[in-house]
Amino acid sequence: MPRVRLWGSLAASIDGQTEVQVEAATLRELLDRLKRDYPALRPQLERGVSVAIDGVIYNDDWFTPINDDSEVVLLARLKGG
Amino acid sequence: MALDSKADTGKRHFKVVGTRPLRPDGVDKVTGRARFGADMSAPGMLVGLILRSPHPHARIRVIDTTRARALPGVHAVVTRADFATVDDAALADLLDNCMAGEKALYDGHAVAAVAAASGAVARQALDLIEVDYEPLPFVTDVDEAMKPDAPALHPGRANETVPPGLSANVMARHEFGHGDIEAGLAAADRVLERSYRTGATHQGYIEPHACLASVGPDGKADLWCCTQGHYMVRNTCAAILGMEQGSLRVTASEIGGGFGGKTTVFLEPVALMLSRKAGRPVKMVMSRSEVFRATGPTASTSIDVRIGMTKDGRITAGFAELRYQGGAYPGSPVDMGSMSAFAPYDLEHVKTIGWDVVTNRPKQAAYRAPGAPMAAFAVESAIDELARGFGLDPLEVRLKNAAREGTRASYGPTFPAIGLEATLRAAKDHPHWSAPLGPNQGRGVACGFWFNFGGDTCVSLNITPDGTVTLSEGNPDIGGSRASMSMMAAEELGIPYDKVRTIIADTGSLGQNDVTDGSRVTFAVGLATIEAARAAKREMCKRAAQVWGIEADAVIWENGAVRPAGPNAGKHPPMTLAEIAAIASNTGGPIAGHCEVNAEGAGVSFGTHIADIELDPETGTVRILRYTVFQDAGKAVHPDYVEGQFQGGAVQGIGWALNEEYIYGDDGRLQNAGFLDYRIPVASDLPMIDTVILEIPNPGHPYGVRGVGETPIVPPLAAVANAVSHAAGIRLTHLPISPPRLLAAIREK
Repeated sequence: MPRVRLWGSLAASIDGQTEVQVEAATLRELLDRLKRDYPALRPQLERGVSVAIDGVIYNDDWFTPINDDSEVVLLARLKGG
Repeated sequence: MALDSKADTGKRHFKVVGTRPLRPDGVDKVTGRARFGADMSAPGMLVGLILRSPHPHARIRVIDTTRARALPGVHAVVTRADFATVDDAALADLLDNCMAGEKALYDGHAVAAVAAASGAVARQALDLIEVDYEPLPFVTDVDEAMKPDAPALHPGRANETVPPGLSANVMARHEFGHGDIEAGLAAADRVLERSYRTGATHQGYIEPHACLASVGPDGKADLWCCTQGHYMVRNTCAAILGMEQGSLRVTASEIGGGFGGKTTVFLEPVALMLSRKAGRPVKMVMSRSEVFRATGPTASTSIDVRIGMTKDGRITAGFAELRYQGGAYPGSPVDMGSMSAFAPYDLEHVKTIGWDVVTNRPKQAAYRAPGAPMAAFAVESAIDELARGFGLDPLEVRLKNAAREGTRASYGPTFPAIGLEATLRAAKDHPHWSAPLGPNQGRGVACGFWFNFGGDTCVSLNITPDGTVTLSEGNPDIGGSRASMSMMAAEELGIPYDKVRTIIADTGSLGQNDVTDGSRVTFAVGLATIEAARAAKREMCKRAAQVWGIEADAVIWENGAVRPAGPNAGKHPPMTLAEIAAIASNTGGPIAGHCEVNAEGAGVSFGTHIADIELDPETGTVRILRYTVFQDAGKAVHPDYVEGQFQGGAVQGIGWALNEEYIYGDDGRLQNAGFLDYRIPVASDLPMIDTVILEIPNPGHPYGVRGVGETPIVPPLAAVANAVSHAAGIRLTHLPISPPRLLAAIREK
């Protein structure tokens, strides 16, 4: 089950947990289950996040695969100019 | 047909990519044939103008348009009452910024608009609109806005991350990092604490915002505009005006600069509403003053930094608290600044806290690597001061602490292969770093980081009957993308560059394309171009196989032609692309390739800059003597354009460091809404900006391409400030380092 690293403001909303385990094989499953299991994360997840999977940053490609040993990190939604 | 993988970039020999052919838009731009936003016209066209608030903060009691509507020649008047309510908060803010609702939130905020037969009539009509304002207390400074008793713009809009008891102008809090800051600082030989400030700067594009809207009686509409993303314009305007996206076709004009500032809408929904009401096409063009007063500058900032360093130059911990005011609406890029501040460094203990603050200023818009340059200014200044304080080479200190493959980034993930160390080593080995300096001269160095991303992208590649190729993409060409796409298509197809013409298609011609931002286009559209070319090649192999009566997998594409391959393929003379194109009609019909993709895997980017300056201690003026940019481009498709991006970013950053700044008076009004008083650097102010392109292939792209457009604006603020501080013998912590500010600092020394 992949471990998901949260940034500080998100961690603060779930009692300081900086990492959570989520049963997810794709990016979509990851985001859905985070919303389900951690409702306090929902406002930020709905505003949007980017997700780094094994060092590569993804925005919203739902079926990006996630392995059990993948490094998964939630990031503030990337902006560009 | 076998396609080369994404992993072969290291050994690939390019024929077209990496060369410097003539730019395809050059002749049009130097002859005046190119059509920019204000060059569009239509039969029966009206002139649209906007009435703007003279108050920085005021409740709008009543807007009486009776006299304006009665003026002969006026065809429509629009206020916020003409627009339906929008539920989505971000979209509602966009609409409110285009046309004020209950309150005018900054000097220059749009409150009404007219469409008239001429500019003179439209101006007269604006004078006849009567707005009853109730002026309110205002705040334009970020630190003032954070005080609990500051005038509040949007009470109750703070999101769930903001602790109770703070100013109502604090909209969000962001925190990133890992480790134990206090433990890290305790291990340092010196802990430096400094506060820094940066002014709000405008993107400074030469072409003002302009558009032409035409709404038909059937509700179908066309819009021509100057933008970085006409699909974004379509989708945003359709949502604001309650239209279906398919009913609005948007065509992007040539663009005279954007730099992030044209990634949103300002005039476009208003022009469409005026056209809808008037039943005539409406053209709107902003004046330069309107561009400054009402379109996005970047955030101004106030940043506190604490960094610990050992006497041999190891950074033991880094902490920054960043406060960005993003104008009158939530959404300053402080989250990006907080994530990127320490990204170039391998730190065991790092933490950033960012505060998103609203003030009575225009809504900020993205500006090249939004949020990162200000954060880099603070962190790179502090590292420089620590390094010099220990008598260490500031470049060596950066090398000692540089993030590398396997480093846990300050914003969370583990870096894959990255190019920061290569840029630092190139800088160290460059003659610039060891060149002698004279009196009153100083040298500064700084690093910068940016994320880059990809996103929704569509490309259609068509083989014409005579064997030339037309390529349609959906991203306005802001930095040479037509040349780059033509080159990548030519490379893939094995044909000359001048046989490919790339155009920017309207929103009706391709699927969704994301905005031209995030340094995404050469990466993402390039990836789609290569895939579209490969699809066309597959089809051409199939056609040749039919002609030769062999299996398609017995045909290969090589050097711009199909050839039989394998033991049972037989002997057939190669067929060129042009020969296959000539018989396309006989072999199944026209040949094309296309690609629709959400391109991910853009790859992060790093750069290192060296600046030499000379200051005049009597006047406080600073002159740039020499400047060199070192950056990883992955693979430079057209090196001229890559160098141009490096140079342009550096120059914009130099302006940010030395001159540019939104100045507000005690009345809350912008004092310098023009290029005479808001001075950007021009060619005569600067030496040639030298560039060194490094190529560490991005494994996420078939040719190894990385975005290059944003990173170059990240280091210059600090590089210049470090150089000035070196020359002056005092630490400059407040940008811009304008002559009066520098002179005052020198006199206080």
